[in-house]
Amino acid sequence: MDLTLDETQQMLKNTAKDFFATECTETHVREMENDSNGYSKQLWEKIVNQGWLGVPFSEKYGGFGLSFLEFCILLEEAGRVLLPEPLFHTVILGGMPINIAGNDKQKEELLPKIISGESIATLAFHEEDDSIIPSAINCSATLSNNVYTINGTKMFVPFANISDLITVIARTGKKETDLSVFIIPSNANGVTISSLDTISSDKQSAISFENVQIPSSNLLGKENSGWEILEKIYSMAAIGKSCEMLGASEQVLEGTVEYAKTRTQFGRPIGSFGEIQRHCSEMATLVEGTRFVVYEAAWKLAENEDSKKEVAMAKSWTSDSHKKVCAISHQVHGGIGFTKEHWVQLYSRRAKAAEIAFGDGNYHRENLAKLLSL
Amino acid sequence: MRFAFTKEEESFRKEVREFLQNALPNNWDGVAGNNLEEGASDKEWEFTLEMRKKLADKGWLTMAWPKEYGGQNASMMQQVIFAEEMTLARAPGRDGFGIRMLAPTLMIHGTEEQKTQYLPDIAKGYVQWCQGYSEPESGSDLASLQTRAIEDGDDFVINGTKVWTSSAHRADKMFILVRTNPEAPKHRGISFLLIDDMKSEGIKVNPIIDMAGRHNFNMVTFDNVRIPKKNLVGELNRGWYVGATLLDFERSGVEYSSRCMALLTELVEFAKNNKRGGVPISEDPNIKKEITEIYTEINVSRGMSYKIADMQSNGEVPNKESSMSKLFGTVLEQKVADLGMKILGLYGQLGPNSKHNKLKGKIEQEFLSTVSATIAAGTSEIQRGIIATRGLGLPKP
Repeated sequence: MDLTLDETQQMLKNTAKDFFATECTETHVREMENDSNGYSKQLWEKIVNQGWLGVPFSEKYGGFGLSFLEFCILLEEAGRVLLPEPLFHTVILGGMPINIAGNDKQKEELLPKIISGESIATLAFHEEDDSIIPSAINCSATLSNNVYTINGTKMFVPFANISDLITVIARTGKKETDLSVFIIPSNANGVTISSLDTISSDKQSAISFENVQIPSSNLLGKENSGWEILEKIYSMAAIGKSCEMLGASEQVLEGTVEYAKTRTQFGRPIGSFGEIQRHCSEMATLVEGTRFVVYEAAWKLAENEDSKKEVAMAKSWTSDSHKKVCAISHQVHGGIGFTKEHWVQLYSRRAKAAEIAFGDGNYHRENLAKLLSL
Repeated sequence: MRFAFTKEEESFRKEVREFLQNALPNNWDGVAGNNLEEGASDKEWEFTLEMRKKLADKGWLTMAWPKEYGGQNASMMQQVIFAEEMTLARAPGRDGFGIRMLAPTLMIHGTEEQKTQYLPDIAKGYVQWCQGYSEPESGSDLASLQTRAIEDGDDFVINGTKVWTSSAHRADKMFILVRTNPEAPKHRGISFLLIDDMKSEGIKVNPIIDMAGRHNFNMVTFDNVRIPKKNLVGELNRGWYVGATLLDFERSGVEYSSRCMALLTELVEFAKNNKRGGVPISEDPNIKKEITEIYTEINVSRGMSYKIADMQSNGEVPNKESSMSKLFGTVLEQKVADLGMKILGLYGQLGPNSKHNKLKGKIEQEFLSTVSATIAAGTSEIQRGIIATRGLGLPKP
């Protein structure tokens, strides 16, 4: 048991923290809320040049050859500043399915493009019924003459607006889990993307696939093995999101304590009042608790160990704890915190989005219950 | 980063586990149906002392001590593992007062004579110490304590009252904080003394029975009790700082999580195997949800403890982290007990003496005895104050 970052990890963390503090200011976050693309090409290029998209991928494909754990360290720092650029999405939702399920040819062709920033990739999973169960997938893929024809509608696809590659899970057979994963170019005929207006002002879309034809070589992994792939990606996504929430929680705590020290009422700093101290110590304890469960799950995922329980615990705990941290921050800030001009609401709106993404607390507790044979 | 134990650590865990399987009676269930050995019956106390000697023989009691005092300089993680296994098995015999509190203090502040006189007996598990700190008028504000020691020839003469003194009725000896200079600022007029015999003339131990009906706490009164001056530890009037001495021993509070896990495991087993309204209790959606929440929180609590041990391994001194661990862990103990009440339904109200009870009535005992968890050894409010002011740097109220 060793909870301390090693030298490489610490260096990566420090570099990322400094980089994001300079490059991803509150002004930038606000600008991107209203930007039609939702991200800045200039900043994206700088992130690409840091090599960070390659952190968890093999050197063979131009990556760093580190692990998912190191990528999580980056995500924590990205989460601290609410990075709008699609770092999380491109690597976990776009790159990881190829990395874990793709054949050599697919990896050789696609991973270098993703790592070098030439491609932005995302994942289309949810449909009208937003449950995370195989039977909720009705989008169909039918094979004929080595060509799959895709039909159906996907919902809540992050950054589909700027992605050139979309990983899609679709039904390829009659059994409930007869699902397969495909790579579909977003410019294929019959793909229509329409953006959604979300609580966190991020860029999510609905995508309709109408007789979209793709070669059978775009199948990732074996036919009807899609659910298994998706479960792995969903675990990584749940933990990646938890790391972002951890970073965000730390920032909210820091900012709130700072405010409590400087804001004066009744002739003294509000942070000297017992009630405010109670709030702040509660936040600090929640954040402290989050770090272990999140990194425990990240480490187990990176080591390919059985991590199902740890993932369920980490995402359910973090979804709720980050939400609480933001709620307490609002309470400490009083009126100013719920104004558009204040930074707290930037965090609390995204906290809600992160809580419900990749399974909310109840979803993961239900998973945990199954794992405990309850 | 590595979220697994090493091979050596795992084999040590196995060794402890196997030892406990042999040393504890079949179907061992903890002392008095709960985990607070201090509240034990005479018979259970006898067994506690027997276990303590066995642990001493294995060298495990003193594993954290420096080698020069017969210890093993055990790593923090090894200490964590030992504490986890002892607590998971609900095994009695560890010695908080002698091994973990007084001995380190003596190693740093004691005279050679004091070390020779006291340390070997502590190491062998031969002697039970108790701690004379709190007073009726000095609870959270401990430094305001008023028990007086006046120098008289070669002796100190002690007068006053100590309260919440755990195990005083079992103890052979006591270490005590007394006021030796009432004129000085409150932290600078306190001395740290050793009382060699709890049966000394003038000492009276009065039981305080807690709401669970158990005798753990006491009120101890001192009426002109004489102790020799050589029993002063450290300098006169510097006792506050002597008492605050902590060696680098594991103090992660990992017992909170393993104690909760032991009980939760038992509750889950019960909930799966018992029905209410024809359905296994574990299938009640509310119960199920609460079990998963608490299971997760136990892991969070475990993580907080590992973090403290990790900091200590790296030579850092935990501060707010210890308060967080205590704050979180003690509330968790109350939550598990309350979950037990919900799982048992109306049977939750039956104690160990009822022939209709379930789980031997231990849930009623847990529920009642964990009320003190968030109060004893620094209330939750004190912990939050430490986190807020020392940890986060907020101004003092």
